[in-house]
Amino acid sequence: MQAEQIEILGFLGQYVPFKGLPEKTLERVACHVEVGYYRAGKQIFAFGDEIHDLCMIRSGAVEIYRRNGELYNRLDEGDLFGQMGLLMNNRVRLPAKALEDSLIYFIPEAIFNELYEQFDEFAYFVELDDSTRLRHAVSRSEDSNELMLAKATALVTREPVTLEMTKTIQQAAQKMTEEGVSSLLIIDPQVAQKQQDPDEPANMVVGIITDRDLRTRVVSTGLPLQTPVAEVMSSELITLDADAYVFEAMLTMLRFNLHHLPILDRKQPVGVIAISDIVRYESQSSLYMVRSIFRSQNVEELKALTDEVKACFVRMVNEDANSHMIGSAMSVIGRSFKQRLLELAEEQLGPPPVPYCFLALGSMARDEQLIITDQDNALILDDRYDPALHGDYFERLAKFVCDGLDACGYTHCKGGIMASNPTWRKTRSEWQQCFADWIETPNPEALLHSSIFFDLDGVWGKTAWAERLNRFVVRRARNNRRFLACLARNALNRTPPLGFFKNFVMEQDGRHKNSINLKRRGTAPLADVIRVHALAVGSLARNSFERLDDIAKHGIMPKGRDSDLRDALEFIAMVRIRHQALDLQAGREPDNNIEPENLTDFERRNLKDAFQILSNAQKFIKYRYHPNR
Amino acid sequence: MVLPLRPRPEHHPQQQTPLWPERFRQLAGAVEDSRLRAFYQGGVVSADTPLGEVPFVALDLETTGLNPRKHDIVSVGLVPFDLQRIRCRDARHWILKPRRPLAKESVVIHGITHSEVRQAPDLLGVLEPLLESLAGRIVVVHYRHIERGFLDAVLKRRMGEGIEFPVVDTMELEARLHRVRPLGIWARLMGKKPVSIRLADSRTRYGLPYYQAHHALTDALATAELLQAQIAHRFSPDTPIEALWL
Repeated sequence: MQAEQIEILGFLGQYVPFKGLPEKTLERVACHVEVGYYRAGKQIFAFGDEIHDLCMIRSGAVEIYRRNGELYNRLDEGDLFGQMGLLMNNRVRLPAKALEDSLIYFIPEAIFNELYEQFDEFAYFVELDDSTRLRHAVSRSEDSNELMLAKATALVTREPVTLEMTKTIQQAAQKMTEEGVSSLLIIDPQVAQKQQDPDEPANMVVGIITDRDLRTRVVSTGLPLQTPVAEVMSSELITLDADAYVFEAMLTMLRFNLHHLPILDRKQPVGVIAISDIVRYESQSSLYMVRSIFRSQNVEELKALTDEVKACFVRMVNEDANSHMIGSAMSVIGRSFKQRLLELAEEQLGPPPVPYCFLALGSMARDEQLIITDQDNALILDDRYDPALHGDYFERLAKFVCDGLDACGYTHCKGGIMASNPTWRKTRSEWQQCFADWIETPNPEALLHSSIFFDLDGVWGKTAWAERLNRFVVRRARNNRRFLACLARNALNRTPPLGFFKNFVMEQDGRHKNSINLKRRGTAPLADVIRVHALAVGSLARNSFERLDDIAKHGIMPKGRDSDLRDALEFIAMVRIRHQALDLQAGREPDNNIEPENLTDFERRNLKDAFQILSNAQKFIKYRYHPNR
Repeated sequence: MVLPLRPRPEHHPQQQTPLWPERFRQLAGAVEDSRLRAFYQGGVVSADTPLGEVPFVALDLETTGLNPRKHDIVSVGLVPFDLQRIRCRDARHWILKPRRPLAKESVVIHGITHSEVRQAPDLLGVLEPLLESLAGRIVVVHYRHIERGFLDAVLKRRMGEGIEFPVVDTMELEARLHRVRPLGIWARLMGKKPVSIRLADSRTRYGLPYYQAHHALTDALATAELLQAQIAHRFSPDTPIEALWL
């Protein structure tokens, strides 16, 4: 029997990936450890050295370099190195040097291999690819909540009931009564015959008719019972893909004010979700929040809801919602505040003299809004707008909304990017010209604004104008290499730190800081990088995750990089979100700053991996978007 | 006038360190006990062997008291190593039944209890594997008078034959730095205390972690680490072993 190494055993057991291994296994590891002392400055491994142990720092600190001599990481007590070499033909890939006098525990390859084979957690941890570990971290936190992550199809209880479009409204009402449903999908059987490509499934659904339609469009207007359903159905059908989550169904219904949502699987209807189905799932959620917003009669009542917004945020975090869900829900809530304020403004000021569209910009437009945020918005005005005649109305409208938002916790934008600023109230043609100029001659100001203005979304009024403007911007930007190159260069302005060292944030140049702003140094530069790719592939999406879907389809990034970016964004956003929720629960003012001593080991490690992915992505766009290429 | 350093014989290896390879050959021919003979036949590296090529073994004993003539050994821990690596895989640890009573005070120190030693073997029962682990290696201890003194004394008591071997004493290596001369009266008046050369304090000076003391195997490991650190800071792998051994 081998002698028991009490000190080594006790040390190993404190740190992942050894923490949590069975006691017997740990004892076996401890008995096989080899120990070595390295004086500060001493090279532990050079590139290409043979390596046969996993190395764990018992005391001191070690620096890991890239082959080109660039600092890759700085490790201290409890950190591991050498795993990459062990998994890569026993050759050292990243040289290591003692930064301080260091004592290293070496875990022999045979033991490493045993652990790697036997324990999934251990294997995931030491996996050579940092991003794999991050993926695991992200998916593990997602697994924990089945409720929030239920697929929309889980709410579908029966096959959809359909009716051909040539049938009458009376036949529709009879069918609904027979089947006991509150909606019918209206199909056009001829669509299949018109279909050119036999491989492409045809979408025969052309509309939907609901109980409510029969009441409001048929009975109340006294239409004859023989009227074809095609005349009363809603034909601009909003549907959802069968892959979507319950929360997406909920947000879609909230956003478009729908009571029934058809679910399609490869263009074939598989069911219809009613809002009551979702209410069962989401008894106390953003749904009620949005309703309260629309019931508020004045700014005071809206202001009174701000605490509930915070509570809703904390609840979602505690229910393990992912960042996309939380970002979308917070954006829907923010959008609702704007919509209600605009309704109130129009009640007070009278109907608008010319049509307009109120724009949300930046994180709200991307559906990535969190709890602390300032407002970024603008107005698109009809081309008939005459400042002399209409200027006063829109100034007062914008002031009402922006002040109202400020009162509700969406503070005035420090950069003045608000509809209340006359610069950002432009007509449709002026906006087109403005974006065209920015893209043609990307001056520093335009680039500075790119992270805000190039993510735009119509929230009120002629929202179709926003869509058209967005299409215009994407079309222009996509074909302008010089602009993309400038935007890419601009996306390198905010870099992530290298990682953490003891209780400090370690910068790329090795300096130490006490805290890190996870928005400025993490999620914002990630969104910047993703925007450059999205514009380059002509994606109309604004949400970073949806942009990544579009980017992936074009294959402009090496394989797997898009999902790495997705994981990195999700992880950094979730750490930011969780820490804000913790602040709220403790009664502190939430912010975007994180102090390393408040991070768990798990967060530190995975944040580091996520920063690495961001850093690589920044290097990649620098190379990919070159003005002369 | 330059004052000569006050000679401190125990810190001058040349004065009393035997010619170890020669001494081992003599002893191998002289001892009665076969286990001791095998140990001496294992030999010892020559005095000019560079440290980088010396096989070491760190050794620690826990005892019932401090006097080799009155007290006995309770546990033995050892771990073989060289300048690169300390090999826990080949470490050994024995709890022994002392022939002298286990005093309460010593139980407090090493934590080995009466019930544990009741089941334990006598030193002679483990002498063979113990000497096998030491054979051919240079023994490293922290404060040689315990380890060397006790092994010699308890073997003499049990078999009428003692044991001799070279040691590297990590405490003596610290004393060479910090006990070159006693603190002057002025320093003492200023309230200066001599630098501690105890194992834990010495380790701290080299950035080594704190280990719980008085477990023979942990202390052996701690001693091995300390020697690696001392050599890394103050000697080189080319330094001959004769500069260190006693």
